[in-house]
Amino acid sequence: MADYERREKTGFGARTLTVAVVAAALVTLAVLALLVNIFERKQEARNPFYRVVELTDDTEDPALWGKNFPHQYDGYLKTVDQQRTRYGGSEATPRTPTDVDPRSVVAQSRLEEDPRLKTLWAGYAFSKDFREERGHAHMLADQTFTERQQVTRQPGTCMNCHASVYVPFKRLGNGDIFKGFEKMNQMPYFEARKAVNHPVACIDCHDSQTMQLRVTRPAFVEGMRALKASQGEQNYDVNKMASRQEMRAFVCGQCHVEYYFKGPEKRLTFPWAKGLKADQILDYYEENPHSDWTHAESGASVLKAQHPEFEMWNQGIHARSGVTCADCHMPYMRVGAMKISDHHVRSPLLNINNACQTCHKWPEAELRTRVESIQDRVFGLRNRAMEAVVALIGDIKEARARGAADAELDLPRRLQRRAQFMLDFVEAENSTGFHAPQEAGRVLAESIDYARQGQLALRGAKVPGLQTDSAVRPASATTPKGPSK
Amino acid sequence: MRFLPVLAASLIGILLALGAYTFLYAKGSSYLTNDPAACANCHVMENHYRAWMKSSHHAVAVCNDCHTPPGLVPKYTTKGINGFNHSLAFTTGRFHEPLRITARNVDVTEKACRKCHTDIVAAIEGPHQEQNRLSCIRCHSTVGHLE
Repeated sequence: MADYERREKTGFGARTLTVAVVAAALVTLAVLALLVNIFERKQEARNPFYRVVELTDDTEDPALWGKNFPHQYDGYLKTVDQQRTRYGGSEATPRTPTDVDPRSVVAQSRLEEDPRLKTLWAGYAFSKDFREERGHAHMLADQTFTERQQVTRQPGTCMNCHASVYVPFKRLGNGDIFKGFEKMNQMPYFEARKAVNHPVACIDCHDSQTMQLRVTRPAFVEGMRALKASQGEQNYDVNKMASRQEMRAFVCGQCHVEYYFKGPEKRLTFPWAKGLKADQILDYYEENPHSDWTHAESGASVLKAQHPEFEMWNQGIHARSGVTCADCHMPYMRVGAMKISDHHVRSPLLNINNACQTCHKWPEAELRTRVESIQDRVFGLRNRAMEAVVALIGDIKEARARGAADAELDLPRRLQRRAQFMLDFVEAENSTGFHAPQEAGRVLAESIDYARQGQLALRGAKVPGLQTDSAVRPASATTPKGPSK
Repeated sequence: MRFLPVLAASLIGILLALGAYTFLYAKGSSYLTNDPAACANCHVMENHYRAWMKSSHHAVAVCNDCHTPPGLVPKYTTKGINGFNHSLAFTTGRFHEPLRITARNVDVTEKACRKCHTDIVAAIEGPHQEQNRLSCIRCHSTVGHLE
């Protein structure tokens, strides 16, 4: 009776009201949670970075930059990682630290993987110790402690690409990086080592005030000027004339290139005055006579190709399409509301999702297969070229033992120099041909041909020798004359 | 027990107010417009929005022209489905990156291409279009927004 009366008064029972209260409370809770979430998301988008330290053009320590840019710095720190891909990447190999070399972990020895490299580099420090490159974080230590330092005396020039040199250059040159560059080149390695403190750091690629990319290596400035001059563009200034997208390759091209130390002043020089292709670089070395060492077995004046990633990439379809190093090796990633470049610089094969799939909308397995099938083919060709060059070296060695005169050995030796450099150009290039598959194939095919000619020349046959491609082509073979468009 | 009605009424009042404020704060009414800026209310769409501004179609088509079907009911059905899915994904933070379009939305977009480019597409596709339809955006992936 009482319950009935209450219902009369309010129109609702106590139970109905309780349910209504609980339901309203729960929905209110949910709406409140949503509101807070929306608030958080809006906040995420508001502030891309906080300036907690003031950076200047002399701030060398990347940890300080990392306070303003923690996400980029986190990635940068991850370059200590050692991870393999099928043909690249390093494997952590334990070693017992010694007084001379305190490293407890190194990368696998390439010389043990392929002993033919020792024949290729006989008489050169690389035949003593050559390991798979590790990440950026290790560049300074790995060069300081390689056994190569014990068999040869290297100049301070090496620091150009094994340390953060922008601030040390400024210090040595009293503010002028070109002067500092010249001074450091002429120091002995271990004296220059004392002038540097870090592996490549933020300031080597970024302007401290605007964060814009900039070139800090005099050798690249001069190399590009020479290259552009050969293409008809005089007085090219890379820091003023390059586009933002070009800079995303140029900052990497300051180091990932073929180079040599010019003259007694050991000036780091990029041999690009005739072009970036392997044969154009060889031609440059003929016109500006240079050899890295005299081969211990054959007596030939030979060259060691270094890691010409920038040159090889330039011959490939990605460069042609305007895709740069950073697009694949430092792809964009989202952190909260921010879009940043992944500063964990590494093989795109370890990050196919961000590196490849942004443009190539195929499954990850398919993309990996495409890359690896290119690399399988190039690696097969590289092995054949290696066999061919090693066979030529063996033949010259045998002829020398027989007492052949230097005049007789001159052409075979020059062919060895050419064959060997072209092989090394692909072998030392860190993509197993992927950066420019057809170019890698062409270069290896020419290497094999030069080795073949060298062996024939030793047997007294007449060979086209060092003539360029157009001279080798027989008169009967004509170039198709159809319109090119 | 007499306070219950008052409590219920107050709570429902708070709920209504909070709901209204959340709706305003989240720019709820902007979703009823055609303004592309509304789609970038959530920062996850920021890059798509910027890419669209640079694309060849930005002068002739807004988001809704390619991502919703014609007609009031189909348009708002699609807006409703996508709006719910997107809000859920963005609120919980559980979604695939890079973002991937769903089959239903590909279909909407493919039909949208044909809204304006019927003549040329019909000539390319010929009579067998239903069985073996070509995809416009497979090749023309940059016309709307590259990202």
